[in-house]
Amino acid sequence: MVTFILRKVASGIVVLAAISFLTYFLLYYSSANIARSILGEFATPEQVAAKEIELGLDQPLLPRFFGWAGNALSGDLGTSWFNSEPVARALMTRLPITLTVVVVSIIFIAIIATALGMAAAVKRGWIDRVVQGAAVVGDAIPSFVMAIILVTLLAIQWQLFPATSSIAPDSGSAAWVASLTLPVLAIVINGVTSAAQQIRSAVIKQLEKDYVRTLRSRGISEREILFKHVLRSAAPAGLTVLSLQFIGMLGGVVIIEQIFALPGMGALAVTSTTMGDIPLVMGVVIYTVIIVIIVNLLVDLINGWLNPKVRVS
Amino acid sequence: MSEIEVLADQSDIGQKGTVVRSHVIKKILRNPMGFIAVVVLVFMVLLAIFANLLAPFDANFANIGKTLASPDATNILGTDSVGRDVWSRLVFGARTTLLSALLCAAVAVGIGLPAGLIAGYYAGKFDGVAAWVVNILMALPGIIVLLTVRAAFGPSVWISMIAFGVLLSPGYFRLTRTAVQSVRNELYVDAARVAGLSDWAIISRHIFSVVRAPIIIQTAIVCGVAISIQSGLEFLGLGDPSVATWGVMLSEGFKNVYLNPSLLLWPALAIGATIGALVLLGNAVRDALEDAEKIKPAKRGSVQASNGRTAPGRAQTTAVEAGTEHHLVKVSNLGVGYPQADGSIKKVVDNVSFHVDRGEVLGIVGESGSGKSQTAFSILGLLPENARIVAGSIQFDGNYTVAPTDDRVSQSRLSAFRGKRISYIPQEPMSNLDPAFTIGYQLVTPMMRVLKISKSEATERALALLDDVGIRFPEKTFDAYPHEVSGGMAQRVLIAGAISCEPDLIIADEPTTALDVTVQADVLDLIRDLQKRLNVGVILVTHNFGVVADLCDRVAVMQDGRMVEEGNVRDILRNPKDPYTQKLLGSMLEGKEPMTMLVSAGVTAAEAAARDDESDEKETLQ
Repeated sequence: MVTFILRKVASGIVVLAAISFLTYFLLYYSSANIARSILGEFATPEQVAAKEIELGLDQPLLPRFFGWAGNALSGDLGTSWFNSEPVARALMTRLPITLTVVVVSIIFIAIIATALGMAAAVKRGWIDRVVQGAAVVGDAIPSFVMAIILVTLLAIQWQLFPATSSIAPDSGSAAWVASLTLPVLAIVINGVTSAAQQIRSAVIKQLEKDYVRTLRSRGISEREILFKHVLRSAAPAGLTVLSLQFIGMLGGVVIIEQIFALPGMGALAVTSTTMGDIPLVMGVVIYTVIIVIIVNLLVDLINGWLNPKVRVS
Repeated sequence: MSEIEVLADQSDIGQKGTVVRSHVIKKILRNPMGFIAVVVLVFMVLLAIFANLLAPFDANFANIGKTLASPDATNILGTDSVGRDVWSRLVFGARTTLLSALLCAAVAVGIGLPAGLIAGYYAGKFDGVAAWVVNILMALPGIIVLLTVRAAFGPSVWISMIAFGVLLSPGYFRLTRTAVQSVRNELYVDAARVAGLSDWAIISRHIFSVVRAPIIIQTAIVCGVAISIQSGLEFLGLGDPSVATWGVMLSEGFKNVYLNPSLLLWPALAIGATIGALVLLGNAVRDALEDAEKIKPAKRGSVQASNGRTAPGRAQTTAVEAGTEHHLVKVSNLGVGYPQADGSIKKVVDNVSFHVDRGEVLGIVGESGSGKSQTAFSILGLLPENARIVAGSIQFDGNYTVAPTDDRVSQSRLSAFRGKRISYIPQEPMSNLDPAFTIGYQLVTPMMRVLKISKSEATERALALLDDVGIRFPEKTFDAYPHEVSGGMAQRVLIAGAISCEPDLIIADEPTTALDVTVQADVLDLIRDLQKRLNVGVILVTHNFGVVADLCDRVAVMQDGRMVEEGNVRDILRNPKDPYTQKLLGSMLEGKEPMTMLVSAGVTAAEAAARDDESDEKETLQ
């Protein structure tokens, strides 16, 4: 088990290194006029040249990358080129908001989709048709379009929720809940439909297994078969779906945050990439990838615990 | 028209000359959802192709004097905040959006498919490297990458769609690789290789035909995802502002949501309808290829209205026919059928009658598809959900489990017997144990539930049972997971499970078919030994007359769902009356004397005769 974890962690670190380099490599070619845009159009060529040396833009790709990576390894992700805010601090103030939206959403999705998917698989009938029909609708409407619809109807037309968030450090929990309801709702509606559909097929696949028939023949109750055996065997498939959704959400939430003016990582990602603020872009990418690697590691661990075959090998 | 549009990627990747077979297209169109999807997509594609003719204005032509106007004769959908015609922009937006989705899918297929083919067909180093790259790509959140790409290359729809295509290529890679791996070792591919066909010929002929369908479905999904992400980027204001797309229109509409919410409506509708149509098309293709003529789940009683059978009532206590109570199991004129799409019922068991008494072994013999397993599962009440009892009755120990008017097996009545007095030995040992639980757990739990004994007592019994069925290290097997034991061991475990709650009747469905020949004899010995010792009734479903001769007192021969002959084993082996039985016996014994077979199967003639006498005695007792 320990070697299993170590191997996963090691491969995560390699992935992180590869992605960092790839991103840095891509951004290297976009940084040509960066000093000029930082200083504004009235800066003299000498000032621009001095700024380029200050930022290290005069150096070739590899020394620049390793300089950045060395600092990053010691915990220093640099400062923003445009407003001189330390990258780590900028991320740490934004990340909790983004993570709250994503984690709360995925928890709701996991619970609702499991309940719906299992009900559809076991009961069939109308609930099955609803789940399958909803899957098409959910797939057809991207979460940000769903968010736009919700804002237009619930916030602007009927004024039930605030259209834009009012999250400030001193705002109470009620303001938090009110601000986060619509963003979470938009993500959940979109995610639940497809997750329920996939959990449904995973459960049906397990229900058709021979061992389920044998368990029935042994006098085990339907309830015990469903919750102990079928759910456990269908769980890896469900977890994979949820982890893929989680990764997708980290991207999708960027747009959602813009719609609701949530001061999360999304706003940071958009401004830093449009301006070419390389330290900040790298920070956003690194943090996102680390989150993804942690989630994948967790999923691998849970799957290992659920499936003895994986555990042994 | 539109299928070709969506399936375009597919026609240029192989399968030369063979587009999708016409009956598949017909099936898609006959499916109402598929038809709607095709209509919507055809409409969108026509909009895109004839945009120049359909749009009265250029996408960027702005009439500054007429902003946020309501629909009128000139601007049929109104104008936006700078006075541009909404309809014209919608039409040109269709072109950009559809083309960018196709570009994305083409890139994804172009990378994923060849890589998947090579990795699946040749495996080796390439496979390892590719798997690595896939892991990296799948760990990347799409929008973050696209934002980075935009920072590097500027705001171009086409560049971001190429990048997104690369990100989506693992989908095609995995799908192709899995399909190729499963086909690569098929016999017909080996045969083609032996026949001297080149790798390329094998790939194009045999392997493309396998991956074609999943790729079409995947492409429909990828196009939908591409449209969604692209409009998302445009919505963020990260697109090229000079190009009209649905995402840009959405963004523009959202800025003016307080002034004119209807500006949001059209692009949102266009996006939703197009992606929805792609999803539906994917589903329709899948259904058509799966040949899933969906059988309407027959509502209770609806099919049976014609023959007067109804769902079994909970408290139905019809008395069984007098004088038959002493039979352990009595099956009378049983018919089992499956409702078909056209409302008819396909019978798989027809007019089958037999009985089994305590301590008696009945063999049900027949080739696959003869209905023997369906008959056995009717007694266990473990028929598939959609199966219907169309005729006859089943009684167990003087109680109906299927009363003469029931249309299915009453689960409430059967649950009083199943696991407690009727137990089951399955055919394929490995798939009948839950891989996630230890063997011990799977033996102990039923005993705790059925016999209401404590866990420690059940554990003790389970260990004794494992010892009883000839497992050498019961403790070790008890703690093992199913994948850690051999097939023969697993079958012994299942037999231990079947006898664990001291049943009166064991139903064994081809208990030795899936085992190695050397293990088969051991398992048969075990069953015979246990049957004698515990004096249980056994129904042994098999296709092997050797097994029948070895174990059974009486035998029922089935063919095409009907029972062609039933009687004493000895009589039928010596003197088969039905031509089908003769044929079965002829093929089994290969012209030898039945006695030779009996001896070679490990039973001496004296033993066989003794058993014969026993069953004769029973016959006279009745």
